[in-house]
Amino acid sequence: MRPGAALDVVELAAGVVLAGAVLALWRKDLRALISVLSLQGASLATLAAVLAVHDGDVGLGVVAGVVLVAKGLVIPGLLARVVRADPGSRETAPLVNVPASLVTAAILVVVSYLVAGRLTALFPNALTRLAPLGLATVLVGFFVLVTRRKAVSQIVGLLLVDNGVALVAFLLTAGVPLLVELGASLDVLLVVVVLQVLATTMRARFGHIDLDQLRELHD
Amino acid sequence: MLLLAIVCVPLAAGALAGALPWRRAVGWAMALANATVLGLGVVLAVQADHHRVAGGLDGALRADALSAFMVVVIGTISLLASIQSIRYLDAEIARGEHRARHASLYSLLVQVFVACMLAAVLAANLGALWVAVEATTIATTFLVGHRRSDKALEASWKYVLICSVGIALAFLGTVLVYFAAIHVSAHPTGASVLDWTSLMHASHRLDPGVVRLAMALLVLGYGTKVGLAPMHSWLPDAHSQAPAPISALMSGVLLTVAFYGLLRFKAIADGALGPGFTRTLLVIVGLASLLVAASLLLTQRDMKRMLAYHSIEHMGLIALGAAAGTTLAIAAVLLHILGHGLAKAVLFLASGEILLVEGTSEIDKVPALLARRPLLGGIFGFGLVALLGLPPFSLFVSELNMIRGELAVGLGWAAGLSLVAMAVIFAAVMAHGRHLLLGGQGATPSATSRLVGIPLVGGLAACAFFGLSAWPLQPLLDGAARVVVR
Repeated sequence: MRPGAALDVVELAAGVVLAGAVLALWRKDLRALISVLSLQGASLATLAAVLAVHDGDVGLGVVAGVVLVAKGLVIPGLLARVVRADPGSRETAPLVNVPASLVTAAILVVVSYLVAGRLTALFPNALTRLAPLGLATVLVGFFVLVTRRKAVSQIVGLLLVDNGVALVAFLLTAGVPLLVELGASLDVLLVVVVLQVLATTMRARFGHIDLDQLRELHD
Repeated sequence: MLLLAIVCVPLAAGALAGALPWRRAVGWAMALANATVLGLGVVLAVQADHHRVAGGLDGALRADALSAFMVVVIGTISLLASIQSIRYLDAEIARGEHRARHASLYSLLVQVFVACMLAAVLAANLGALWVAVEATTIATTFLVGHRRSDKALEASWKYVLICSVGIALAFLGTVLVYFAAIHVSAHPTGASVLDWTSLMHASHRLDPGVVRLAMALLVLGYGTKVGLAPMHSWLPDAHSQAPAPISALMSGVLLTVAFYGLLRFKAIADGALGPGFTRTLLVIVGLASLLVAASLLLTQRDMKRMLAYHSIEHMGLIALGAAAGTTLAIAAVLLHILGHGLAKAVLFLASGEILLVEGTSEIDKVPALLARRPLLGGIFGFGLVALLGLPPFSLFVSELNMIRGELAVGLGWAAGLSLVAMAVIFAAVMAHGRHLLLGGQGATPSATSRLVGIPLVGGLAACAFFGLSAWPLQPLLDGAARVVVR
């Protein structure tokens, strides 16, 4: 693969991750959110694979495979099971409406570029230049988490944050050391399993998984 | 070998509990395993006293005086909690709340939880530290929800979601530290770049701008697990809904294990930036936590929620002490970690016993405890005295030394504000405590189980002993403080 093409793929993949996060703000259908996560997982895996081939890094190749299986297939699969138990459920009333959310997302992207300037300046190259995309994904994910009320949407917010962090890690340092990366992937997978079990239990117990209606614990 | 044994003993005991049907003997085996961890921790601490650094598992595990001290703290609290777990599980099974299978799962998860905390403080690599801290969240979620009530379910959801987001930010911070480090490292591709020793070695050459961003994320991220404001909102729910032994472990050690991570990163950031930047961050989150605790403690009706807000207060105090950052202040922070762990574990375990025998943990519904159950009431009363930082308990000494440290570096104003918050909390807790212990009509006294009495009195006695005597802990505390002070 010529270097230019590799870079094109990396740029496209990074762009898709952020675009996915913005799409998650726009779509209210929970199944669409899960497809977005799947797409992000595949993009991250592609990005890691391209870097692995380019650097001849076997460990990173393994990571790419793990990311594809965990973020691209298993995690979306687990979430799909939650949604299937609750057909027709949509994110009905986000705390912030869609147009305002999209404007906020635009502001968050600008903020990321301002904050990440220092990262790019330390080691300016084609990859670190893209780091603000990952940071913006983290911020948008955080925004989804605090403004959406359905259990599945909150899990999606958490995973957007996580995918953003993974994107930054791949772009800045071609991933963290292999063992740490594998440990981190396993942890994220287990967290999603735990959340899926909790969501299923809530659905069985309360007949819904709308966190607005869970307000027993407060001060 | 020693380090590997420390992590594996609780795991092996957990596997045993998972495989066997639950009975009392299995519970005692868990307690024995945790006592072994404490014993090995003391051996490690004695070695570390002689400036030896232990390694294990091909360099993946590493223990200096700071790690050794944390192993001792984890061993102590988990020993107390595992003895009380026997009583909790017995009672739950007797009442038909749980089947024996749930008790086995509970024991397994508790031991995995303890092993994860031990792995966190013994990890040589700061990335591995992150993995272990995140794993504690996973192991504890189902323990928080062990009561299977609606409230417990809601509390577990909040707990796992908020802590996972926080810890994801801490991971981003770790990635940024790694990014800064590989540009100054001689071997930029090795996994050892994130090792504590190589990071400390390279810290003064790290790019200040990147480290500043990383440290802000780390304080926010690990701060979530510590229960520091503004990411503390999971803590009162999780600690009040979890079974008492779990609350004791979470409040007594899990919070401070996360703080241990912050102490390590603070040392690295201080090398790159000087002490000023991290100090500012810690003062902000510390004072915010004290404010939250002081304003919300007043209105609490449930004793476990009251104790949970008390944890936020003490984490705030520890953050201020760490902000001062002198050897004296850090040694005091570490003593406070131990003293708070002991006192808070004793109080949570006592409140679990109160819930068991009185059927409620609401303060209004349990008056005159001292007259009706002298031993249990006495333990709760002395526990509150310890927690409020009164002599002879060690929290008095450590709070005093933290304030001395803060005055020495010009943080007198922050120390003053913290004293105001502590005074408000003192008044609130005294009002609650007076009703609980003395209020209402007395009745015939009844005895308290020895299984409860002996460990809890032992915990309080240890807390008082460390308040009165510098021996044998002081050399270890000083050695541990010097690890993270430049």
